[in-house]
This record gives sequence, structure tokens and C-alpha cells, in this order.
Amino acid sequence: MNTLSILAASVLVLGAAPTLAIAAGAQGQHVMEAAGAQPESGASPMKQAAAPAAMPMGAMDHGDMNMQGGSAPADARDPHAYSGGYTLDSGKYALAGPRQLRLADEHSFGTLLVDRLERVDTRDATSTAFDAQAWFGRDYDRLVVKAEGDYANGRLEEARTELLWGHAIASYWDAQLGLRYDTGEGPDRSWLAFGIQGLAPYWFELDATAYVGNEGRSALRVEAEYELPITQRLVLQPRGEINLYGKKDEANGMGSGLTDATFGLRLRYEVSRQFAPYIGVEWNNKFGQTADLARAEGASTRETRWVAGLRFWF
Amino acid sequence: MPARFSPIGIPVTLNRRRFVQGLAAGGVLAGLPGLLHAAADRAPSTVTGAAPVLRGTEIDLVVAESPVNFTGNPRMATTINGSIPAPTLRLREGDTVTIRVTNRLREATSIHWHGIILPYQMDGVPGISFAGIAPGETFTYRFKLEQTGTYWYHSHSGMQELTGMYGALIVESREGEPVRADRDYVVQLSDWTDEAPMQVFAKLKTQSDYYNYNQPTVADFFRDASTDGLKSAIAKRKMWNEMRMSPTDLADLSGATLTFLMNGTTPAGNWTGLFRRGERVRLRFINGAGNSFYDVRIPGLKMTVIQSDGVDVEPVTVDEFRFGPGETYDVLVEPKDDAYTLFAQAMDRSGYARGTLAVQPGLTAPVPALDKVEWLTMADMMGAMGGMAGMDHSAMAGGMKDMNHAAMPMQHNMPGMNHGAMAMDHSQHAMAENPLDKASQTVRHARTEYGPSTDMRVDMPRTNLDDPGIGLRNNGRRVLTLADLSTVGGPIDPRGAEREIELHLTGNMERYAWSLDGLEFGQSTPVHLRYGERVRVILHNDTMMTHPMHLHGMWSELETADGAFQARRHTIPVQPAQRISFLVTADALGRWAWHCHLMFHMDAGMFRQVVVS
Repeated sequence: MNTLSILAASVLVLGAAPTLAIAAGAQGQHVMEAAGAQPESGASPMKQAAAPAAMPMGAMDHGDMNMQGGSAPADARDPHAYSGGYTLDSGKYALAGPRQLRLADEHSFGTLLVDRLERVDTRDATSTAFDAQAWFGRDYDRLVVKAEGDYANGRLEEARTELLWGHAIASYWDAQLGLRYDTGEGPDRSWLAFGIQGLAPYWFELDATAYVGNEGRSALRVEAEYELPITQRLVLQPRGEINLYGKKDEANGMGSGLTDATFGLRLRYEVSRQFAPYIGVEWNNKFGQTADLARAEGASTRETRWVAGLRFWF
Repeated sequence: MPARFSPIGIPVTLNRRRFVQGLAAGGVLAGLPGLLHAAADRAPSTVTGAAPVLRGTEIDLVVAESPVNFTGNPRMATTINGSIPAPTLRLREGDTVTIRVTNRLREATSIHWHGIILPYQMDGVPGISFAGIAPGETFTYRFKLEQTGTYWYHSHSGMQELTGMYGALIVESREGEPVRADRDYVVQLSDWTDEAPMQVFAKLKTQSDYYNYNQPTVADFFRDASTDGLKSAIAKRKMWNEMRMSPTDLADLSGATLTFLMNGTTPAGNWTGLFRRGERVRLRFINGAGNSFYDVRIPGLKMTVIQSDGVDVEPVTVDEFRFGPGETYDVLVEPKDDAYTLFAQAMDRSGYARGTLAVQPGLTAPVPALDKVEWLTMADMMGAMGGMAGMDHSAMAGGMKDMNHAAMPMQHNMPGMNHGAMAMDHSQHAMAENPLDKASQTVRHARTEYGPSTDMRVDMPRTNLDDPGIGLRNNGRRVLTLADLSTVGGPIDPRGAEREIELHLTGNMERYAWSLDGLEFGQSTPVHLRYGERVRVILHNDTMMTHPMHLHGMWSELETADGAFQARRHTIPVQPAQRISFLVTADALGRWAWHCHLMFHMDAGMFRQVVVS
């Protein structure tokens, strides 16, 4: 079990790092070396057809094809070039008054996704865990609320709630900025949050957020999920999470450095896309000072958790 | 899930067969529960299957809610004169018609006369041509018919088209019909959902593959690995997964929510057109669907296509044709047997609309099985580049080579086409030919295509018109393509293009955002055409879906990549990674709509305003 969770953690770190770098630069660029075998110089007929000399399409000239992401070349076409100065609601033949025609791009939508609402069984205890995310807004700017926590013995053991502004920065990535509030058995903590959430190549759903708290606290949380459809309705969801803290927070049982990593597998059956019961197993491992603190309290540093729950959204 | 969803998506018990096939008697009220009773008392149930025919120069249409039941679940539809489809208007060329439209809904409505050339104030697009028709109001449309052929009309307000507001509009020639046919049937295809359309839209905003139950699975992977080998199975998936694109992204909606209708009739209801042996039957196919492309065929019968979008074309005989929302095809058939199935499968193969041609009511013919779902090819994603990979084995990763076995027609067509194009490019410099003789091949992405609103761009599009499209390639049947269409009499305007306008069809499937040039309607500015000018429009598809692009008020005269006139259309389907061009004569002053006719793409913002002044 231990090896597994370490493995999961390292995969996450290694996998996330380059993606983070890319997304932070709002790139998410997918470069395909499609014409790699063509000569670098000389008048390849194909190149001439696609990119006549008048169009300095840098990517093409180098034999690459940028199908996704990237930044616009200096001579990219102006999307308003054909307007002749007209706007949607001014100029000849425009209807009087404010613009009436507003399509869905100017309407707000919203969703509450309860990704996990589950009963958790370990050797020592049972508890109830939740992990939900809601958003409201438009395609490129939205309000995001994230909430995750555990109940045991009728008490809220720990909960993390985040209120964020999400702003689309690339095809598959949103930057998020806002606040996080932790509550539970230990003292409450509040943080400023900045992160990115989106879809990495090969369909990894990634959520990485850095936090700055008071008294010099800092934290980093990286979560990744993958959806593996076994059939059209049976979906295996591997999920990993790691947490790092910049400063020891003994009252909350956190050391500095890598505190814990979790790797889980959940198998759900989609009765509908919006309603899916699941079962699963999860391995959690505490590290370093955090593990020491747990040991001092007589708690275990590794845990195997059996889970059963519901995933739903509306 | 072939079921209705309660608020959180737990399916209400519903027999699968009944959902897919629909009820046999769609319009008949059967046991309406509570809420609907009150409405049902007031509104008689919707007439389906046989649209009444209205003729003359004075027509009254009333828009109201009326109950329907296509699936076993009673619902309210928005209808015109209480029927689905709406009455077939048979009008006469040269007549000035007065059509009074009364709105008895609780929301505004409108009617757009799709494909009819008329003054912009009569075009029926709320917010562009007029203010719309408020509840309780009557709006009087008046326009002169200066064309002939098969057209249609529908609401241009919200999602009312998807909830029942569509009908056929036929303009008969003053000199009498040039085509002799013993029978003449409108075959209007549409789609219906029991869900509220905006709720469907909202679901797609949250999960864009919500209705796709043909997704690649682990089970598929192992099947591929055992038949083609592990390496090949991985290669087949690598590019798609790396790019976060789905090879089965063929339609946004599917049989998981849609019931496919032919003349307002479910497949089980089996709309039937009668004929006598030896007769010649004209079928006027209209795609009035909200969001479905249909592949239409009549097993056992050849179809001779004689008209496309209301305009006569040189007759061409085919087994099958694909058309998207907004397009029409008129075909002639000469049935010899007792019964034939009119089979219209949805492009994503999640269901079909079906009817019968028979010598007497009650006869049926076998209904073919749905074709299997085909994955999109590299050519659908990358255009000519996808096709080229097949030739240049050293250039591509193994994955792409493997995929290109499936990317067939372009492999053969594109290289030739590119060489031709190159030759022309050189000659342009050498001999100073008019550079506007044919569409520019230079791909010019808008600067707004490099952000979150798009998920891909095609740098080397395909420009051939002879691709029937995904799922129809090499299927053993003769399938109509745009290259087969040749409008009788040539273009309406002999002038060449004076300038070019390039627009890119763009989207981000993951966000379910659709736009032109990466800009949704709300952020866009109009496209201005100078009154009287002849302009070339280049539509360049930077997505993996086919978009039926409908320009209001003016004809779109489709041309080949070499600049040769092909066909006059009002709705032009642009395939994935395709670059297509057409000429427009800007002879219609005013403001017009121009949009993808897939309703959900239109509503997402794949929409422009056009100003002619």
C-alpha cells in the first residue's frame, strides 16, 4: 500500500509539473511535428501550397503544425476587419433601442457537482466524506465554490471551503483566484488561493492550487482525476491528491513539507450521466513531520479506506 | 440513457423500445396527468403526420401551445395552427402574399421564411429584422415571391423550432411545374426532445458529451488490441487523447434524448405515402431538425436528385444523401414494389426517422439496421494534413499512419488538388492572373482563435467537395456529395468576386462554446457588404463537426476550389477541417442573420449579423 501511494504521489508531481508550467503561461500548446521529415529549407511544394511566401506562418516554415493553443502571430486576422464600422446595435438598419438579440453566450449557467458523497470505512473508524464543486457564470468567467470535508461521530472533523473567481486562460484551463477557509477540530485557518483547473493532455482532470495564509503559512494542493469508461456506463475513476505545507501547524496535525498523499480507485455505474453510485478503495499516506505528529497521537500514518457513495450533479 | 430525467437525472421508468421508436400515434392524447389536463382542455391535441395545405395569397397562422405525446410522456409543444409539421404553404411564384401571424404563446415568437428572398423587415429574425411578435400580437408579413421550389419556415425565437414550429413552403412555378410527377410529398425530418431544450443546452455546458453513448471504452481498446495488436490499438487512440478530442464526437444530441420524426411522426408511427405502381413520385425532403444531420436512403430505390435548397440541379441519381438542418433536397423515385422504407438515420447512428412508401396503407418494408458508428479520421481533424500522412510515411508518428487507412477519400483527392493549387499559385505570380479567380488558399486564422474559445485550428484544410463525410465513405452506396450538384442555368450573377471575406467556424467542445473566428455573437461586429457588390465568402472549419451555414436574404453560390461554379444554396454544410467558398451578390439592403443551423451552435453564438448598405 505504501509503495502504491508514494508511486501515485510521484506520478502526480511529475505529471503535473510540466502541465502547470504550460498552463501558467496560458499556452497549453500542442505541437505536432507533422512535417518533420520534410527538408527544413528549400521550396517544398506542400509548404508553398499551405503557406505562400506572403504569409510568414512561422510554425509551418519549421515543419510543425500548431493545432491547439499558442499565441496569435502578429499578422493574425482582425475578426472585426469586415465590420465597416458597424456594430450590432448601431449604424444603418439597426433596430431602435438596446440590442434585443442575446444568445446563450451572454447568459449564465450553473452546476452543482457532488463528485464524492461517501461512507468511508477504515480499520479503526467509519466516517462520511464529501467533495463538491459548484459554478455559476458564463464560459470564460464564473464563480466557483469548492467544498471538501469529513464527518465522523456526528462531528465535522475537517472541511475546506473555497470561493473563487474562475477565468478561462486557455482552451482547457481556467485560472482561479479567491479565498479558502478551513474549519474542523483544529483551529480554523483562512487562506488566499490561486490555482488552475482544467484538462491536461490525455484527459487528466487537474486541479492545482497554491495558498497563502496568515503567520507566514503557505500550502499547495494538487488533485488529479481520470475517467476510464469500461463500458458506456461503467466508469473507473482513479484519483490522486497531494498536499504540501510550508510551515508546521501542530494544532492541525500538519508538518511542513509533503504532508500526505492519497490515491483512490472508484468504480461507478452511471444510471444517468447525472446520477452514479460507486464503490472504491483509497490509500492515504502521511509523510515526514505530519507522520510524526500522527504517530505521537497514536494514529496510523497509512490507511486503507473502503468507500461507497454517490456521484451526482444538477 | 433512453429515458426521461427527473431533476437529478434518475430515469423515470420507460420502456426502451417505446422511447426509441416513439408512440405509434404521436399526437393522440392518452391519459394526461394533472398539470397538463388544464392546458389540454383548452388546447386540442396537436395534429401530426399530415400537415394541412394552405394556398392563396392571404394566410393566417396562429402560434400556440398544444399537447403532444411522442414517447409516452405528454408534453406541450409550440405549434403553428396546431399541427406538427406546421401547414404546408403552397404559394405561387409572382404572387404577393400576406401572412398574418398571431402569437397565442406567453412569450414572444417569430417566423422566418427559410431560403425566401424578401425585404429584410419580413425575414423574421427578432432583434435583427424586427422586434418579434409579442404575446397576443399579430404581425403581418407581406412579400412577393420571385423564386420557385421547396423551402420551409420556422420560428427564429429561442428554441421554439425544436419544440414544433416548422413547416414546408413550396413556391409553384407560374408556368407550371417543369418536372412531371404523379405524386408529390413533403418529407420533413425533425427531432423532438421531451426535455426542455434550454435544460439540454445547460447540461451540455456542464458535460458536453452528456448524450454521447458511443464513447471509446476500455472494452473497445481490448477488442482492437486483440484484432489489430496492442501497438495499433494504442496508436489509434494516442492523438485523440493527447489532444483531448473525441473521435466519436459526431453529434451533440443523440437518441438518448431525441426522438427522430418524419412528418411529425415517430418511427413506430410510420408515416406512409401512397403510390400506384408505375407512378413517378416526387419527395421534397426538408431537414427541419433542431440539431440532427440525417443520412437518407430508400433501400431498393434509386433517388434522382432534381433540386437542392429549392433550386433546380442537373439530375443526379444516388442511393443516399446526407443533409443538415436547413437544407432541402427534392428527389424523384419510381417505385415498382409494394412497399419501401424511407430511412433517415441520424449522423451519429443513435437512431433514425422512418416512414414508408406503399401501394396501400398498412404495408411496410424491412427497416435496415443502423450503420455502425465510425470514428472520425485524421482528415476530419487535420484536413489535407491528415490525408497527406498516408503518403509520407516517414513524416508521421506511427499512430497517424495507422489512422490514415480510414481517412480515405481525401488521401486520393487532396494531393492532386494541392498540386493543382500550387501550379496556380505560381502562375499567379508569373502571369498576373486575377488573384480573385479562385478562393485564396492562404489560411488566415483570426487573432481571437488563439484563446479559450477554440480547441483546435486547421492549418492545411481540405478543399475537395466530393467527400460524403464521416460514416458514408466507402459504404458501398452511391452517396451524394456537393461535387455532384450543378445548378441548372449557372450562377445568378456572372461577375467574379471583387473581394474575399474569410470566416472561420470555431468551437471548444469541452466548454461547449461555438463561435465564428473564436468570437461568439455577443462579442462580434457585423459583416458589412457593400450594396451591389459580388463578394467571395470563404468558410474554414476549425472544428471536427459539420456545420450547415445559413446566410439569410441572399444566395450562397458554391464554387469549387478552382473557382468553378457549382450550386446555388441557402444553407451550405461545411465538413470538419474543410475550407469551402461561395459567391454572394449583396443585392438585399438591410440587416440579416448568418449562422450555423444546428440550433445549439447558433444559440451558443455561432452567429453573425450581416449589414448590406
